[in-house]
Amino acid sequence: MRQGTATIVDFENVGLRYGGGGGETLSDITLSLATGAFYFLTGPSGAGKSSLLRLVYLAQRPSRGLIRIFGEDIVTLPRERMPAFRRRIGTVFQDFRLIPHLSIYENIALPLRINGVAETDIDTPVREMLEWVGLSGRAYAKPATLSGGEQQRVAIARAVIGRPEVLVADEPTGNVDPDMASRLLHLFEALNKLGTTILMATHDLHLVPRIANAQIIRLDKGRVADPTGALRHPPRPDGPAPVYGGRA
Amino acid sequence: MPLFGKGSGNWLTSAAGRRLLPEGWLSGPMPWVIAIMMFLMALTTAAGLALGFTAEGLRADIASQISIQVVDANKGRRDADAGRIVAAVRRLPGIASVRRIDDREMAELLQPWLGAGFADSDLPVPALIDATFAPGAETRLPAVAATVRAITPRARIDAHAQWLAPLARLIGSLRWLAGVLVLLMAAAAAFTVVLAARAALDTHRTTIEVMHHLGSTDGQIAQLFQRRIATDALFGSLLGLLLASLVILALGDRIGKVGSDLLGSVELPATGWIILGLLPIAGTLLAMVAARASIRLALRQRL
Repeated sequence: MRQGTATIVDFENVGLRYGGGGGETLSDITLSLATGAFYFLTGPSGAGKSSLLRLVYLAQRPSRGLIRIFGEDIVTLPRERMPAFRRRIGTVFQDFRLIPHLSIYENIALPLRINGVAETDIDTPVREMLEWVGLSGRAYAKPATLSGGEQQRVAIARAVIGRPEVLVADEPTGNVDPDMASRLLHLFEALNKLGTTILMATHDLHLVPRIANAQIIRLDKGRVADPTGALRHPPRPDGPAPVYGGRA
Repeated sequence: MPLFGKGSGNWLTSAAGRRLLPEGWLSGPMPWVIAIMMFLMALTTAAGLALGFTAEGLRADIASQISIQVVDANKGRRDADAGRIVAAVRRLPGIASVRRIDDREMAELLQPWLGAGFADSDLPVPALIDATFAPGAETRLPAVAATVRAITPRARIDAHAQWLAPLARLIGSLRWLAGVLVLLMAAAAAFTVVLAARAALDTHRTTIEVMHHLGSTDGQIAQLFQRRIATDALFGSLLGLLLASLVILALGDRIGKVGSDLLGSVELPATGWIILGLLPIAGTLLAMVAARASIRLALRQRL
């Protein structure tokens, strides 16, 4: 894993409150993601993991605080500039969000087309991605004909084909069996070795030790569990994964 | 951004782009609503244009003409006065032509009212003189009137423009009404497109959200729908115009068979047909602009 000292995502005292009343879903989140690092985002259900990810993949603006991604303040970033930022962030959704009437091939090709890549330059990377996720033989199948694990691999392929600088994954192993979870994790690790910063939300703490030098951000009731931040140590390879929270 | 843009958007108009919205064209009521609107719009436009051309024709043919009647029971004096008036008016500047309607022509004009035998009777009939102003010289009417009255106080001058004025005002009002109706129908068609675009956005919400997350711009997403809506609108417009053209041709045929001079002057010349032919293009452009604007407006509600 390549891990530089520069940070690629910075949160400072970020709060998020959805409309319709109620308290803050996220409160006083302060954290930094180092370029090229691998992060697990853990915490119980309702802790705010998905909300935090939504802030990172620019589906939501915070109610307060400062978020910098790629060195730019995205809280005040004009809406017109958002697409360019989104193209630098890959997202794997828990429910895959594949377009059901498009083939696997076309789902994977979509980010390249959106990014203006010429049609003649699309086939090779899509074929490579299909091979990378082990779905070369299903290129023209529709998502509904694939198993959950296969759909998740398509979603991963679609998220990474544009070579994003940050990959955000929301419970990517939540709907697959342990074997498939291992395979998916292997894909993420391989991508991380190519330099992509990965932020992966998961309930499954058993996955953590499988990634060398992965760091953990633990959320609880909308707050980083260890806000003092001393902070994030790599998990011990020979024991249960320690759980930390806070600043990088 | 161009309507069917290049660069990062041009794949949207390719087969790959079209597959993003799976249902075929003409899948909703929009093209049929636009066909009905275009049918009504074309008929109204044709009526407005025909009235306009007729009014222009009437103005050109009649507005520059005056009639001078010499009413005198004494035939000798009447003919003498008429001859002097023709000679005097002809000398006036701005007069293109002057002629006295001869007795045979007068008899033909009056025959429907007075019967075939009246020409041989002693019934005194006014002498009638037609004069035509040169273009733009209609303002010289007072000078003509003064000249005529100096010759005989028994002469009466009728400027055709005076009795034409109420008809011209009526035609003008009808043209305005036709214009307003066309604008209202265009607005109704545009609102139909807006509703259809919003419904399409709703139907394809999942696809749009995915594209949005993958970094699609509003322009790219709008373009997806714009092409489909333009195709439907063009079909509806052409169908509506075709049906309206058949009705216009049939009506023209019926009007021709009535045999009335006034009704017969109501016709749609080639220029009118060219304007009608442009309506589908205008309708399609209007649909595209309405679709694009409404979709972009709806997308602005999202981050």
